[in-house]
Amino acid sequence: MMKLWATLKKDVRILMRDRVGLLLMFGMPVLLVLIVTSIQNNAFQSFSKNKILLFISNKDTGRFSRELIRAVDQVRLFRLETVDRNASREELLEQMRKKDGPLAIVIPEDFSVQIAAAAKNKTDKALHSFGLDGDSGSSYKLQAARSKEEQGLRMTSAVDLLYNPGVEAPLKLAAEGALNGALQMVESRQVLKALYLAINERSLPDSMEQEMLSSRMELRESPITRGDAALPLNATQHNVPAWTIFAMFFVVMSLGGSIVREKLNGSFIRLKTLPTPFMIALVSKQITYLGVTFLQAFVIFSMGLWLFPHMGLPALRLPGDLAGLILVTLLCGWCAVSYAILVGVFARTQEQANGFGAVSVVILSIIGGLMVPAFIMPDPFKTAMQFSPLHWALESYYGLFLEGGGLKGILKNIVPLLVITLFIQLIIAAELKRKKLI
Amino acid sequence: MGHPAVKITDLAFHYPAQSGLLFSHLGLEIADGQRFGLFGPNGAGKTSLMNLMTGILPYEQGSIELLGYPVKKKSRTVNSLFGFVPQDHSFYEELSPVENLEFFGAWSGLSDRDTKKRTEELLSVMGLWDVRDRPVGQFSGGMKRKLNLAIGVIHQPRILFLDEPTVGVDVRTRHELIRYLIELNKKGTTLIYTSHQLDEAEELCDRIALIDQGKIIACDDLSVLLAEHGQSGLEGLFFHLTGNTYEE
Repeated sequence: MMKLWATLKKDVRILMRDRVGLLLMFGMPVLLVLIVTSIQNNAFQSFSKNKILLFISNKDTGRFSRELIRAVDQVRLFRLETVDRNASREELLEQMRKKDGPLAIVIPEDFSVQIAAAAKNKTDKALHSFGLDGDSGSSYKLQAARSKEEQGLRMTSAVDLLYNPGVEAPLKLAAEGALNGALQMVESRQVLKALYLAINERSLPDSMEQEMLSSRMELRESPITRGDAALPLNATQHNVPAWTIFAMFFVVMSLGGSIVREKLNGSFIRLKTLPTPFMIALVSKQITYLGVTFLQAFVIFSMGLWLFPHMGLPALRLPGDLAGLILVTLLCGWCAVSYAILVGVFARTQEQANGFGAVSVVILSIIGGLMVPAFIMPDPFKTAMQFSPLHWALESYYGLFLEGGGLKGILKNIVPLLVITLFIQLIIAAELKRKKLI
Repeated sequence: MGHPAVKITDLAFHYPAQSGLLFSHLGLEIADGQRFGLFGPNGAGKTSLMNLMTGILPYEQGSIELLGYPVKKKSRTVNSLFGFVPQDHSFYEELSPVENLEFFGAWSGLSDRDTKKRTEELLSVMGLWDVRDRPVGQFSGGMKRKLNLAIGVIHQPRILFLDEPTVGVDVRTRHELIRYLIELNKKGTTLIYTSHQLDEAEELCDRIALIDQGKIIACDDLSVLLAEHGQSGLEGLFFHLTGNTYEE
């Protein structure tokens, strides 16, 4: 026991004097989690609070273009900014660049005319199919001919959607969907009014119009949860666990390098000649750095809990199952420490340990879904993901932080993490045995 | 009569990556209390033989015993018998001499109290007491060599293996180290020593073995060997026996 204590003291002293290592293990992840959460929080707010800036150049003077603008505004996705109707395309693009606006629409001069014609055409078709074309409308054949003409006109003159090429595909798709919905709304309203007028020979009352157009099946949203407690979905809940795992695995920079140093300066060999099992050195390193990973988690979680709200970021909500959180943290830490020792045992120089260690952790974190969401990965990467310990660590944390689950609910993620850790330990033992150190 | 400090019988060894045996049917006996020197050019097998005697390298055939205990068993008893001073500075440069000795003392099986006592003694003898709390990384080469030696003797081993313990130190420090080793030997520690410094070897060793290409080409008291071959120094003796100059 005294030997282990002496070794622990030695390892902690060396660790405390490794300023660069401490900076990499604590400073870098703290900075990373702050920056990434702030940026992602802003992206979250782009949709919820900030709204997307949309320039509108309305060249039409009719009422349907005004209705369209109102309908677009009601979507609540956009912040509208009207541009002078006489502004050229170049002037519009210049405004977009100046104000960093990702999207703009140009409503053509004949927009209201086209909407009216299209609505009339659809109304006549509908009346004809009901057998009501008599007095209420022109002959169907005539209308069909006019309709073709109008459709041709409409194809050549459309509502233009201009977008910055840097706009992400999901944002563009959301904008397209919202604009199509608004267009559909304007056209449907006109068809409805015309049909009502033709059948009832009086205008559609506002209340009925409102009821008919807005009444639809309710869309009920609910996040997937494992437990009863639904935790908020925000950038903090996503990023704090993810970057904590990344920080833990970054101990490779200190621990991997330290093992290589001891190998190269002959300390390991010297230890081998002393009447103490080498295993004690290995156990001490694992305990010391497990403490480091636990401290990293404590620091980053504390930031999420207490610092983030002062910075305008959402506060971290800890999962209800604290015992589960501690166990997952210890397990993630043990896996990270094992990985660092593995790199240190195989690396021949400190440059190898640091270079390979850092790059491999970044790759494992990408494959593991820390930087890119797992669901958008191509299939081969989804297979590779199963072998990244960071993936299982992340899934375990997400089970607690996002889905509000307990230890029981995340067992299927903890078991692979434990298996990978034990496998790494086995490789370490085999390599040390091969080197006659144990 | 007690056991010899080291007894090597019919030893065979080869490095896995190399073809052919480095040692074959090697035999050597070093009496308890001797100051024994292993000499030879680079690649002759001096360090390999020392690593075999300390159990760092495993051997395939034959036997090595330290004071009657087989090295192959790597028992705590065997490892407690000897101290090892490697050629490299095999300690922690981030730590102070006191912290290094505290750690190696514990690993050498000393109690906390004994470690403290020995640390004080050794750092005083080595002239490192005044810098006992400074990180070793700030030390000169000579100071590091002294600490390397102090770590090797902290548990007062009966046999001390020294692999080129004075490389890179100035003349004064070298003499201090040699003087300390002679004192240690007078107290009963067997010294087994390799070096390229032939003048130093003549000062320190009372018995030597010359190794060339994995073979012991001469082994006797230094004075006997010199007289037998009509030489006045080790370098001449080596040239006389091998026909080669002694490579530094």
